[in-house]
Amino acid sequence: MLTTIANKTVSLNEEGYLTDFSQWDKTIAQEIAQQAGIDLTLRHWDVLNYVQDQYKKEIALTIRNVGKSGVVDIKEFYQLFPAGPLKTCTKIAGIPKPVSCI
Amino acid sequence: MKRILILGAGTSGTMMANHLNHELKNLKEEWEIVIIDENETHYYQPGFLFLPFDIYTPEDIQKPIREFLPDDVKFFCEKIGKIIPADRKVITENGDTFHYDILIIATGTSISPEETEGMLGEEWRKNIFDFYSFDGALALRDKLRDWEGGNLVVHITEMPIKCPVAPLEFAFLADSYFKHKNIRDRVNITFVTPMDGVFTKPKATHALEHLLIEKNIHTVPDFAIERIDNENKKIIDYVGKEVPFDLLVTVPTNKGHEMIGRSGLGDDLNYVATHKATLQSKSDPNIFVIGDATNIPASKAGSVAHFEAEILTENILHYINGEPLLEEFDGHANCFVETGNGKAILLDFNYTHEPVEGTFPFPGVGPLRLLKESRMNHMGKLAFRWIYWNMLLKGNHIPFISTNMSEAGKHFDNA
Repeated sequence: MLTTIANKTVSLNEEGYLTDFSQWDKTIAQEIAQQAGIDLTLRHWDVLNYVQDQYKKEIALTIRNVGKSGVVDIKEFYQLFPAGPLKTCTKIAGIPKPVSCI
Repeated sequence: MKRILILGAGTSGTMMANHLNHELKNLKEEWEIVIIDENETHYYQPGFLFLPFDIYTPEDIQKPIREFLPDDVKFFCEKIGKIIPADRKVITENGDTFHYDILIIATGTSISPEETEGMLGEEWRKNIFDFYSFDGALALRDKLRDWEGGNLVVHITEMPIKCPVAPLEFAFLADSYFKHKNIRDRVNITFVTPMDGVFTKPKATHALEHLLIEKNIHTVPDFAIERIDNENKKIIDYVGKEVPFDLLVTVPTNKGHEMIGRSGLGDDLNYVATHKATLQSKSDPNIFVIGDATNIPASKAGSVAHFEAEILTENILHYINGEPLLEEFDGHANCFVETGNGKAILLDFNYTHEPVEGTFPFPGVGPLRLLKESRMNHMGKLAFRWIYWNMLLKGNHIPFISTNMSEAGKHFDNA
């Protein structure tokens, strides 16, 4: 599905995740974050940069490994992205929703 | 003499010992099969779900490991200390050394309640129980026999867990159990999960959520537990959400064997990095991994292990002959889901296909119905215990059930 975020045309899946990471930029992140009721701070960006990095390295993301990353602990992760931190931060970061549950 | 060493004599390890013993019967001068497990007892793990409700007795679900291994397979009951892949050897905690040419890791997964703050507090095994261990299921049976009612909370700590439908089945069977005892009106049942729905696959979630509502079981999704408050008897999540309990039946964090971690072969939950289609380890070509011990994106369940065993057996023969491995494992899982009152649902899915509606195993005929509640499905689940002890562990092929998922007689949506 094509839509416009921050005046740019992007392709989203039915859950609102970008299907092409190359279309992502910081203004898009800010707009998706605002829709989720989050004002991005430097701490949010630390996490967003980390999860994008893991995605590029093809390392699967889980709440547990983000919590042990040294970037953020689980408690703060939830404070930064209250409604399901992994789902929310990956959406803002423009990467796919992690499929950690089988 | 060359050696295939199998670590773990649970469902996967026992099946592999039987398959390989059969396939290598003409090469007995050349190859020996050795299996190590820290227990003498083989547990029928699906029975842990029924033990708390007095449906099965302890005797129904435990037998000696040795009974299910071929005579030619050497069994050692020892605790495994460490795998040293560079030297192709395994050291046990007794200090014994076992060399191998091919290693099969089948050490499974087990509960780690110590991962959650307060879980092993003063309420553990008083008002907090698990049913993923024999001891836990037995202690819970004794508790339920005398329990007079209150808030029953059925809880999943974090994913992945062995048999992801079992907690839901527990809630369904509890509903049935308390109805039969005529105290259902004194019991509130709440199902608490870290997932955003009750199951990992959307299509099955829809069918199962409907049943929860019908059975008056309240669901709390998106709950990532931070700690248990023993004094006030409540579970608390990372955003401060609280669920009070009188009786908490939790599925603690599941982890692979700690020896995997010590050997440097595991991820942060001690699961071994494994190629999802061949079941070869990603680190060493002569190490193979099966069942719950792998990190592959398939359910941790006996049915998955059964399908894996058939493909892994072929791949080990290919490896011995220096041939390329088959990339055939498709993540096939086939699960009976007990829904209480003598009924069950049957799910059939794999890496790419969602659980589907239809008939099983004969297209258009059944007798089992996929994704629909029926009495025949429940009979299938009970009959499975006999199949497990008498056919599955011994590596006999189960008639009419194919290793890869069959698409006939099923109504598909792609996952």
